[in-house]
Amino acid sequence: MPDGTIAAHDEHHGQHHPALQHHFQDLDQQHEASTLGMWLFLVTEVMFFGGLILAYSLYRIWYPTAWALGSEELNIYLGGFNTIVLIGSSLTMALAVRAAQTGAQRATVGWLLLTMALGLTFLVVKFFEYREKFETGHVPGPYFRFEGPESPHVQIFFSLYFALTGVHALHMIIGVGLMTVITVMAYRKRFSPEWHTPVELGGLYWHFVDIVWIFLFPLLYLVDRSHHIV
Amino acid sequence: MFSGFSLFPEQASSLAPEIDNLYLGVITITAFFAIIVVVCVTYFAIKYRDHTGDKVGAPITGSVPLELGWSLIPFFISIGIFVWASVVFFHIVRAPDQTLDIYSTGKRWMWRFQHIDGQTEINELHVPVGRAVRVVFTSEDVLHDLFIPAFRVKADAVPGRYSAIWFEPTKVGEYHLFCAEYCGTRHSGMIGTVYVMEQADYQAWLGGGGATAGGSLAQRGEALFTQLACVTCHLPDGSGRGPSLGGLYGSQVTLDSGAVVTADESYLRESILMSQAKTVKGYERLMPTFQGLINEDGVAALIEYIKSMQAAGSRVASAQ
Amino acid sequence: METIVWAEQTTYINHKHTVASWLLTYDHKRIGILYLLVVTTAFFLGGLFATLIRLELATPAGDLLSADVYNRLFTMHGVTMVFFVLVPAVPAVLGNFVMPLMIGAKDVAFPRLNLLSWYIFTIGFIFTLVSMVVGGVDTGWTFYTPYSTQGSESNVLITGIGVFITGFSSILTGVNFMVTIHRMRAPGLTWFRLPLFIWALYATSLVMVLGTPVIAITLLMLVLERGLHLGIFDPRLGGDPVLFQHLFWFYSHPAVYIMILPPMGVISEVIACFSRKNVFGYSFVAFSSLAIAVFGFLVWAHHLFVAGISPYSALIFSFLSFAVAIPSAVKTFNWTATLYEGAIWWKTPMFFVFGFLGLFLIGGLTGLFLASLGLDVHLTDTYFVVAHFHYIMVGGAIMGYFAGLHYWWPKMTGRMYNDTLGKFAALLIFVGFNLTFGPQFILGYLGMPRRYHVYPAEFQVLNVLSSAGASILAVGYVLPALYFLYSLKFGELAGANPWKATGLEWTTQSPPLPENFRTTPVVTEGAYGYSKREMKVA
Repeated sequence: MPDGTIAAHDEHHGQHHPALQHHFQDLDQQHEASTLGMWLFLVTEVMFFGGLILAYSLYRIWYPTAWALGSEELNIYLGGFNTIVLIGSSLTMALAVRAAQTGAQRATVGWLLLTMALGLTFLVVKFFEYREKFETGHVPGPYFRFEGPESPHVQIFFSLYFALTGVHALHMIIGVGLMTVITVMAYRKRFSPEWHTPVELGGLYWHFVDIVWIFLFPLLYLVDRSHHIV
Repeated sequence: MFSGFSLFPEQASSLAPEIDNLYLGVITITAFFAIIVVVCVTYFAIKYRDHTGDKVGAPITGSVPLELGWSLIPFFISIGIFVWASVVFFHIVRAPDQTLDIYSTGKRWMWRFQHIDGQTEINELHVPVGRAVRVVFTSEDVLHDLFIPAFRVKADAVPGRYSAIWFEPTKVGEYHLFCAEYCGTRHSGMIGTVYVMEQADYQAWLGGGGATAGGSLAQRGEALFTQLACVTCHLPDGSGRGPSLGGLYGSQVTLDSGAVVTADESYLRESILMSQAKTVKGYERLMPTFQGLINEDGVAALIEYIKSMQAAGSRVASAQ
Repeated sequence: METIVWAEQTTYINHKHTVASWLLTYDHKRIGILYLLVVTTAFFLGGLFATLIRLELATPAGDLLSADVYNRLFTMHGVTMVFFVLVPAVPAVLGNFVMPLMIGAKDVAFPRLNLLSWYIFTIGFIFTLVSMVVGGVDTGWTFYTPYSTQGSESNVLITGIGVFITGFSSILTGVNFMVTIHRMRAPGLTWFRLPLFIWALYATSLVMVLGTPVIAITLLMLVLERGLHLGIFDPRLGGDPVLFQHLFWFYSHPAVYIMILPPMGVISEVIACFSRKNVFGYSFVAFSSLAIAVFGFLVWAHHLFVAGISPYSALIFSFLSFAVAIPSAVKTFNWTATLYEGAIWWKTPMFFVFGFLGLFLIGGLTGLFLASLGLDVHLTDTYFVVAHFHYIMVGGAIMGYFAGLHYWWPKMTGRMYNDTLGKFAALLIFVGFNLTFGPQFILGYLGMPRRYHVYPAEFQVLNVLSSAGASILAVGYVLPALYFLYSLKFGELAGANPWKATGLEWTTQSPPLPENFRTTPVVTEGAYGYSKREMKVA
């Protein structure tokens, strides 16, 4: 009978881990809840990017020539470099999580810093790519210039290019911000083998942003490149 | 004609009665179930009322047969309504083969109608009774919607493409025409009147003050065809840089992608305004776009002219 | 019997008094009250807009307001009501307050995130208010392109950004609720012992999590196109304005299930309590909630039947739209059967349930008219649609919200309101509502289009009836504000369980302790065990 007549013995309010929040019964429950929460949030991110990728896919089917022309204008070397940078940063992130799991505090900080450095590298390269696009007049709007009859459709390509990579870059910036907070926490020795949830969850988020780029790179840079690289 | 209070708009088209019958049918079916529920709820609420709040209800938890029953029966009834409504729907969207075509453009905040014979009307549409009429229309700016309640027809006007509605007026009279897709400040002012006339009166109207000096749509199209130098590429025998246009309207066209499309008004419009979108097999992607060089009236005129072009050689007439 | 005087009890209300303790609270109950404040403000603001609209529409000519002002009014009415009342009302106000209590938890899984949700919500609301102050938006709450990207000269960017921000509140709340329900149920509280309100909140959270991001990205694309001239929907570039409609409705149709599922959950709770009986067909009702959430994602293009989609595509969406109605019908039959051989206690919450049953019935059934392709061509974009969705949203969702408010008010405040006034308000709302929106079905079939500032004279009689009904409806809505406020100071003390209800939330004091329960409850049987027990006051 749900009126509490059979009372449960409550948790000992004596010793508990400083990271345990009081509405949870134990660290295990808290960890499971936090992890489930992050996964659900990543599902929402899939839906978020999914809308843009849907728009991209439709227009690519309708305007394949424009898509190839637009894609050609992107620097495949910079894009490829950035892809390697991000994959590398996922590696360093995973190593950071491993270090936190084993209680290697200095290694955790080190790997986290490296991850952030790689993330910032990505953003710097992106900045140069964007600048080049500004200079060549490929930014959609009143100053867009592109030769040829496909120009209006190419403008749509670039609209989606900027929307997709812009939203992705925003997620990278947020990721670097999160990593900063987590690195400071690691530096202050807040993590232990019993509790290092922020590192894990930060890792999940970082890997997700990486995976989005793994989709964006071929979708944007590698349209119809099979017969010409440059 | 417009005064007085009524529950239904006039039935002024050939499809209006079947749509109204569908409406009454669905009302009957849904009212039946609604009444059952309302009666039960009211009856139970009164019969089982307990003023004290201290009694308990019966220990009933459910009944699988009932659940199946009231899931499956509504489901099958729904399928029935769905099928009936879909049949009516296909009558609404499938125009007959022979129709009197009228072009229209919606723009903030007015409707312009172009008759093939050349008359232009603004916010008024004259049509003959007893003949199937098709209105092919688009928008010059934002979304609009052409709605004629008495005919029970409606479709959105989308900038960049053609929409079409068809109807066969059955009753002489004057009927409302509304824009039914919000389009800005004077959305509720974007209304007009449809005048359904006896055939003889309609002929008189065509020949009389309604005609313009520019000639029929097809004639204006021919003038544009020359003016814009279309004939440079579209030679009648197909030997030019572009395909021949005789007999093109209504035919099946094979594209360079292998796909086969029907050359309807939308195809012709796209070919003129977004020529790069599709290329006919065996020809190169050379056609320039005329976006910005012609307005919607010009497009309609060109299309009517193309419709009138007969096939090369001895083959007779296009689909008109 | 209530032997403890309220003023001497420690409750979540009195244990800390400062403004900061409210604005920086992690307590789900306080956060629920914070939401109540914003949602109520939004409701009356949206109601003010509606009043002006109905006043203007009492005459065919545009004599009260200019066309421009009218267009901004109906847009802001829609934006305010949809995003700041209907979506959050039951989940964020009642769900936040009651859900952890109902499952025997101390709080939601992520209390700080919960507070952040409220801040995001309020900031989004402020954006929208600012937009109103500087002139409002006139695109309709649906923001259709190209009018919103190129045609409108109103404050599309501010409002678009405001709604975009607000969406994250929904997303975070959905995540929070799902994790809470998965991980924080009391010992013994298995899934099939959960109250149906929890099932409803879970299904709603699924929709919030999967659907809201799509409106977010859609609005972002809209904002980028309008603000930075990216051309994704621009027909002059070969873009497709109808693509916007697909993306918009992919969220906005499931959104209506966000709006109706929680109130349906409330109905289950209240009808069980005031029939003293188990809800008939518990598992069918529970699974219907999930079915509605899933099927709700498959029907969006029924908003585009005349927008230029292929007839074959329309067929599929029509069929699915019929299918999604079935679980709602199942629920309605189950609720009706719950009344059979119950012991019906005629209290205010139950009156709102009766009202819901009648109005939701009409709203849901008229949805079938719109799902019918042969009818939708004539009916879409007319007042028939306006009537249909108001019957569901207001007649259904708001009635459900009011049922929940009146049911859990004693728990939230420790006070009883005047029951006679409550029943009178329910009746007024029911009568006023039918008078307002019933005539609009007829107007719709007659052909009066939506969003019309002026209309042909022959539509006036029905419009006057509608406006007259609106005045009664307005009184019906103001009345609860008055007697609820009055009850806070002068209402009879409620005690832990004034309704003699089952449910964990009624086993603890009213208002509850800050930590909800002194000891974690253990659950040994299913919900709604009314018939099995002797009635006694907790």
